Amino acid sequence: MADPMKIRATLKGDLADVRVLMGHPMETGQRKDGAGKPIPLHFIQEVTVKLNGKTVIEGQISQAISRNPVFSFRVKGAKSGDKVEISWLDNKGDTNRTEAAIA
Amino acid sequence: MLVSGRSVLLTAALTLAAGSAAAQSQFEKYQKMVAEGSPVELFELVGEGLWKKPQGPKNASLEQCDLGLGAGVLQGAYARLPRYFRDVDRVMDLETRMLHCMMTLQGRSLEEATKRLFGNADKPSEMEYLSAYVAGQSRGHAMAPGQSHPREQAAYELGRKLYFYRTGLWDFSCASCHGEEGKRIRMSELPVLYKPEAARPLIATWPAYRVSNSTFKTMQWRINNCFRQMRTPEPVFGSEVVNAMNMFLTVTAQGEPYRGPGTKR
Amino acid sequence: MKRHLLAVSTAALLAACASAPVVEHSKMTGAEIAQIDAVLKRDFRAKGQAKMTRLEPDAVQRECNLHADNPPDSVARSLQEAQLKTIKYPSDSLLGDWKNGRKIAESGRGMQWNEKPANPGGGGCYNCHQLSPQQTSHGTLGPSLKGFGKTRGYGPDMQRYAYGKIYNAKAYSACSHMPRFGHSGSLSEQQIKDLVAYLLDPKSPVNQ
Repeated sequence: MADPMKIRATLKGDLADVRVLMGHPMETGQRKDGAGKPIPLHFIQEVTVKLNGKTVIEGQISQAISRNPVFSFRVKGAKSGDKVEISWLDNKGDTNRTEAAIA
Repeated sequence: MLVSGRSVLLTAALTLAAGSAAAQSQFEKYQKMVAEGSPVELFELVGEGLWKKPQGPKNASLEQCDLGLGAGVLQGAYARLPRYFRDVDRVMDLETRMLHCMMTLQGRSLEEATKRLFGNADKPSEMEYLSAYVAGQSRGHAMAPGQSHPREQAAYELGRKLYFYRTGLWDFSCASCHGEEGKRIRMSELPVLYKPEAARPLIATWPAYRVSNSTFKTMQWRINNCFRQMRTPEPVFGSEVVNAMNMFLTVTAQGEPYRGPGTKR
Repeated sequence: MKRHLLAVSTAALLAACASAPVVEHSKMTGAEIAQIDAVLKRDFRAKGQAKMTRLEPDAVQRECNLHADNPPDSVARSLQEAQLKTIKYPSDSLLGDWKNGRKIAESGRGMQWNEKPANPGGGGCYNCHQLSPQQTSHGTLGPSLKGFGKTRGYGPDMQRYAYGKIYNAKAYSACSHMPRFGHSGSLSEQQIKDLVAYLLDPKSPVNQ
């Protein structure tokens, strides 16, 4: 089971504050386990944000981002009820997605 | 559009150098940034799943667990703990009570349910996830632990005496470090926890995600970890000693609206 | 709606009348001490190197608990005299290597249940004291020891005092919050000598 994701999207005027929390180990490949063996790289490499079905952000990130990353951004001209969908793809091919309506 | 990641924390941590008031305000800034990017909600979500998941020999969930406000009532329940429970004739805090529910509702053995109470960043424990979820259901509720039953009063009294009790290999009491205002251990400020003004903000934000551990930590862990550093043997999870310490600290913090689970350095 | 209002007002009322009792560090009776010792014995378990004998109170802990860390002069004096006798001074020089001393002062490890007893522990000096002016991450629970030798002198009396104080702080102040590093077996003779050098070697950063 993939770790959960959570979106919070709140409207202030015509600006929506969107915050997404993504559960992920974000292994850097630099750490070693208890037996001294390196823990393999495991990180989210692509984050996609869709607004009402239309892709608005395609971001590439790296292992420099910490465990359980948080991303926040603002959407101009957003309306209450607009659907925000966020998904990620990691270097092992795992993906996860979640969506929320702007409130 | 503006995208910001938590990697900025690194620069904030690196600027935490000088030992001065400036460093302190930098530290506050750092704490604020950390709180904004806190993964606490993830722990609450996983905890909710575990709370509702049938487990153990009885294949039951914890949804019927009575945390003091009636079976299955979670809203505000954490803020009323620790308290006396008639069915076991003793004072229990959240974790002690949840352990009790695992054994009674789910039919799990003490040994199995306490096998891995404190987790780590790679694998947080069931108790940590559950604590995050249940404590989160008390946000906005004033801390009001039980104080009317004689056993609740006895727990407070025991906790109060323990706070000042010199013991262990290094002769420490809690007050050896948490006894005088304005003191630090290394760069960490030491709250004087027998005074309400210091206990209130602290108790209102535990359990908490600890950035230095990259994971979620509970109140039983917090107290356990203090004793480890005091160089005593280990207090038993859920024992009267730990519950009494928790009762003393929570009564001292009473009245403060709960706003955790928090995010700590 | 009405129900909601009612809930808010009771919450406000609870918050308003809830004020914690005032707590003071009060003296304890022998019976209270016996009660706490029994509870500790019941509710703690030995783990790793942290054995249950660590919870058996000695005369210092007992008197400090009886008197809220502030014993009458006569009690303090007799405790200090007895503690002074526990100090085992080395037969040769009291000054070790200040560079090792610096490492011991920096390290807060040792004697915890999660640590291997074979690994050398530290003194954790910086947890509570300022020492070298270069180390800005220092605690403030104890007095600053910056320039310790430079201000107090480097002589044999001061060396003997520093060694004794680290070995058993209670020989000088019965209810001091400083651990008895030598007496409790937490630091070896050589480690204490290295710390004395860190405090009292004119070349040590503490004295720059």
